[in-house]
Order: sequence, then structure tokens, then C-alpha cells
Amino acid sequence: MFTQKDRVEFDEVMDCNRPIESAVMPRWKRKALARASAAASTPGKSVVPPVCASAPVTDGTPTACRMVPSRSGMDVEVGHFALTSSGAASAAGADAETQTYRAALAANLLGGGSIEASESAAGAAAATEGACGSPEARVLAYKGKAPAAHASSLGGARVLYSQNKGTRAVHAKHTRHIPSAPEHCLDAPDLVDDYYLNLLDWSCSNVVAVALGPSVYLWNAATGSTEVMCELEGEGDYVTSVSWIKEGGGYLAVGTASADVQLWDVEKSKQVRSMAGHTARVGALDWNAHTLSSGSRDSTIMNHDVRVRDHLTATLRGHEQEVCGLKWSPDGSMLASGGNDNMLCIWDAGASGAPATASSGGMRGDVTPKFVIREHTAAVKALAWCPWNRTTLASGGGSSDRCIKTWNASTGSMLHSVDTGSQVCSLLFNSNHRELISTHGFSRNEINVWRYPTFTKVRELTGHTGRVLHMAAGPDGSSVVTAGADETLRFWNLLGEPRQQAAKDMDAARTLGRTRLVSSRSIR
Amino acid sequence: MAAAATETATRSVITLKGSVEIVTEFFGFAINSILFQRGIYPPETFDKVAKYGLPMLVSTDEGLKSYLSHVLTQISGWLLEGKVQKLVVVITGADSGETLERWVFNISPDKAAVTGGKSSDKPLKEIQQEIAGIIRQITASVSFLPLLSEPCAFDLLVYTDPDAVVPRAWEDSDPRYIKDGEDMQLRSFTTRVHKVSAAVSYRRGDDEDI
Repeated sequence: MFTQKDRVEFDEVMDCNRPIESAVMPRWKRKALARASAAASTPGKSVVPPVCASAPVTDGTPTACRMVPSRSGMDVEVGHFALTSSGAASAAGADAETQTYRAALAANLLGGGSIEASESAAGAAAATEGACGSPEARVLAYKGKAPAAHASSLGGARVLYSQNKGTRAVHAKHTRHIPSAPEHCLDAPDLVDDYYLNLLDWSCSNVVAVALGPSVYLWNAATGSTEVMCELEGEGDYVTSVSWIKEGGGYLAVGTASADVQLWDVEKSKQVRSMAGHTARVGALDWNAHTLSSGSRDSTIMNHDVRVRDHLTATLRGHEQEVCGLKWSPDGSMLASGGNDNMLCIWDAGASGAPATASSGGMRGDVTPKFVIREHTAAVKALAWCPWNRTTLASGGGSSDRCIKTWNASTGSMLHSVDTGSQVCSLLFNSNHRELISTHGFSRNEINVWRYPTFTKVRELTGHTGRVLHMAAGPDGSSVVTAGADETLRFWNLLGEPRQQAAKDMDAARTLGRTRLVSSRSIR
Repeated sequence: MAAAATETATRSVITLKGSVEIVTEFFGFAINSILFQRGIYPPETFDKVAKYGLPMLVSTDEGLKSYLSHVLTQISGWLLEGKVQKLVVVITGADSGETLERWVFNISPDKAAVTGGKSSDKPLKEIQQEIAGIIRQITASVSFLPLLSEPCAFDLLVYTDPDAVVPRAWEDSDPRYIKDGEDMQLRSFTTRVHKVSAAVSYRRGDDEDI
């Protein structure tokens, strides 16, 4: 049973009032110990076993498993003495072997940057720190940590120096031929180099409209003829956005820096009407049947019914800064808008969900967004709806965001995000090959073709010497026009041959959206 | 005669308390400068303040401000007792937790000043010039330090004497050394009561392709 000695020891161990000596030492103590034992290299003096193995075997037989410390068998006081009295420990002469053992143990326990290791590696540490301060120190940190930086902050330097570097995009095999050079190239002098404008559109009647300073030029892609449609009169006024009506292509909406929204009859080269309402420049326009949506620097989006006298049907408030991207979904049930406040808003066309039958596109009065998405960390200008999946939306962020993200617009959840490495200026889905095309800014000013939804890069096209601000697809289903800050328009044949079926599907989707009478499945 | 009078008027005497104030204030500005220059917090959350003859950027983030004032108040308490050996600003990757940079400010107090109340007669202007030198070096360090490509967080470590009184809100910490770091000694300044020398060690940049 218990010997007297054991009992005394047991009482000692169980006594809570005594300082806990066997607990893990504070770092400064361990450090001191290590240093002292390192200093006193007097080998061969005695053979007192190292501290960690100093459990005396009292009755000659091992009483416990080596792994489970047997408290009763430990001489706590001896251990404490050995630990604290560094002089004695060093006199005991920790020989070279125990030294290395201890160093290795410390390195293992404390990770690579252990105290002993880094102290003995003195060279590096001493250069900065060893020079000063007494050797014994306690390293303290305040428990309440500093608040984390807002996740969206990407330092200026980080944005600048990692342009085009973060693209770890997987390159897909070339499966089809995409001409690497533009088919032709047009001069676009005085094209305003402003990320927040939308100055290019291609109508279904094959006319490209481009705004150059105060004028709107029309280029007929079939005949190659150019004409000036209009020129703004006002001093310092310029065109900030153009958008063709989806049906027929006879009308062009023009937004101006003087906050005006104009509707032009292209055949007659005549302004049909002017729709006031905004208080700042109108940088984004998009049509949904006869409803024209306009986004402005005054942070609002307005829906105009162009057929009636009181044109203003709805005011959409959700953004805090300039609205620079605006796109109706192909079926006209949802509107996506992007702003300089880094927000992407998705708006429902109305509870009825039948914009073609309602007189106003569904929305009336003051409307709030269905979803507000704050995932982008820069202005959201590039927007595109997927033509083959009516709830999929792609959005691209500005220079400090550089991401293309795809969304499920009916739930507001993100489907995919890819860092492109540079500013995303515009996006376009290619339904011929299930691809997404994006145009970029600094530093390579490239046009990327991504396979969707895997986001492997199919092709990268360069040619523009300034950022590729705008992009529009032609009615033939294979051509794309881009406008760059280098004041050129380039026509690319990069969508591939439209498959007959795909073209039909697209037509079907369009008619479905408008009339809701036929289902696309019956066409197939 | 008149010259001598003005001489005594402008020459202020810096006591321990005054020196602690100068050093603590310097820490405040230096930490803010590091946070701004290294992009730990978004640049738009900083305001410009004129100090040491330089435009200094100071955070306007309330949480950060109160954190810094807590820490600095405690440090100034320890400084008065002469217990602080160094202050370290550790910059870590927010997700990886890996130490990327370590800004070390070594503090060597003049023992006689701390215990015996000896004061210094170094002109304030001279001290401020020396401080401005360090701040300039922090600003210039952006050019040689590797780019912090991931979102980062920071922490402050205080090396105190073992016998310093530690409030409950403080805890022992790992020194968070950098493995295979590069070192760069920066300038130093002295109030003749405290000498503060600065250094930065950083992780060697990955030699990635450009």
C-alpha cells in the first residue's frame, strides 16, 4: 500500500494552494533555461539525467506506462528544482545529446520558427532584434484584436501590380476556328473614353450605332454606308448612351449628358420625342418591348413607356451612385442593373410577370429591387443574360474587382466567379457554342472567349490598343463589334456559324418572351 | 543677452513623461502609416493630418481607432515604468495566418532617466526630424517590400520585462517570427530618454514569373 513518503507526495500534489510547478512554464522561463544550459557547456561533469526523464524509480520496478505520467512516482520538488534553478541544471551538464534532443523537441512542438531555433540561428534574428533589449522578455498581445479590414478592399498597389497575373484560367483545347484578326476596322474619332457609358449598339436591321462625342453615327453593315444621325446642340453636351429598340430596329434611344432621353426615328432621321425626368447624365439604356429603361448618374433607373404621353411608368431606386449597366432578360421578366456603388440589382418586371400584356412593363411607381448583390468590389458595368437559361445572369466588375460572376437571378445566389486579371468592360453570351465573351481593359485590352459554364478560356484576342469599352452582337449571329478607347471599331467573326436550330430557338425564346403564346419546346 | 534669453525659452526640457508621450504618439502614427502603406485597410478609410512636417494618414475606422488607443495607452503605462523592450507590428495573411511582415520598434530606455528622473534637453524639432525620417522610410518601403497579394490582418506584440504587470486583457503570444525572412534596418530616433530604432523583416517574395 502507500508508504509514508507516497502519502506526503500525494498530499503535496493534491494541495491546491501551492503554485503549480509542473505546469507548462512561461516562455521566458523556458527561454532562460535553454539559454543557461546552452551557455554552460561543461560536459562530462556528472550524469544527472535530463529533466524530462527525472522520475526516480523508487522500488526498482517500473510502476506505470511510460506514456501516462504517474504522479505518485514523480518527485515534484526535484523536478521543480531542476526546472527553476538554471545554475544547477547547467551544472548537471546537459550534454550535447540532450541539447540536440531538446532543440529538436522544441522545434517540433513550437513549429519551424521556434525560439531556440531562431535564436541560435542568431544571424537573421540578431540583425533586427537581438541588438537591443534584455534577453528575457514576455511577448504580449492585446486580446481584443483589431477589426478586420472590409473584405472588399483590394489595395491600390495590389490592383495595379497583379493585373493580368491572377488569371489562372485553364485553357481549353481549340475546338473551333476563331479568326484572330478583326474582319474589318473602322475609325471612331472622339469616342469618349469613359467606362460608365454605353456608346455602341447593333440593331436587328444590321445598322451599327455609335456615339462619337456629341454625334451619333450610323454604319450600315450591309452596304457599308455611314451617316450622321444627329448632333447635340448644347455646349459641352455629349451622347452618353445609345440603344436600339429590339423589334424592327427603326428606333434608336439616345441618352445625353444633359440628362435627356431622346427617341429617334432612324428612317426619317428625326427626333420623335424627348423624355425628361433624370437630373444627371443617362449612361445606360435598354429596351423591353415598348418600355425603355434608363439609368442615370442621379442613381435612379426610370422606365418610360414610349407610346404614351405620360411616359414615366416607374422609378427604380436601389443604387446609391451612377447606374452604368442595364440589361433586360431575354424574356423581359427581369431587369439587371449595375452601378458605380459596386452593387448589382435585380428587379422583377412585376407581380404579374407578363410585361408584354401589361401596359407598362409591369412596374409602376417607386420600385425597390428584388435582389441587391454586393459581391463585386468595383463598378458593375458589364452585364449579360444567358439566352439558353432564362435565370442566369453574368456580371463583370471594374478594375479593382476584375471578376466575372454568374448568378441565378431567381434566387440571387452566385453560381461561379472567375478572376480575369483585368477590368471587365462588357459581356456577351454566345449561344452558338455556349460561350461567354468578355472584353477587358488594362493591361492587355483583350477579348476573351470562355467556355460556359466551366470557364475554361477558349481564346484570347488582342488587337485593340486601348481598353475595349463596348461590345455588341450583330443580327447575323456570328459577328461581334467592339469599340475601344483607341478610337476604333473592330468587327470580329467570333461567334461561329449559327446553328439553324439554335437560331430558331433564340427566335422562339424571343417570341415567347413577347407574346407568351407558344412554348419553345413545341418548335423543337 | 537677448539671444541667451530666447535660447532658454525655446529649449524645452523633456522629462520621462514627455518622452513617453512623444514615443507613444510616434507609434500611433507609425502604425497608421504601415497600415495605410501596406494596404491592410482600404485607403479611403484614412484621413490626412499634418504632423512632423509631413502629411500623415490616420485611420478613421472607429473600431481600429479604439483598438489602437487601448493598446497605446497600455504601452505608455509600461513605458513610464520602463518595462517595454519592443513593439512589433505583425502583418499576417488574413486566411493563411502566416506572418508576412514584421515591423519591429526596439525601445531602449535610458535607465537613469526612468529611475532617477533625469531629463533630456534635446530640441523637440530635432526629434521630430528624426521621426519624420523613419516615417519617410516606412513610406518608401513600399518600393522594396514584396506585394501583399492576399488580404491581410495585423497584430501588435509588445515585448515587456518579465516582471511587468500584465492586465487581464493581455495574453502571452507567440513571437510570430518569419521563416527565412529578409531584414531591413530602418532609422532610429532618440529623445535621450528613449531610443527607438525601427526594422522590418519580410518574407522573401516568391520568385514567380512575371
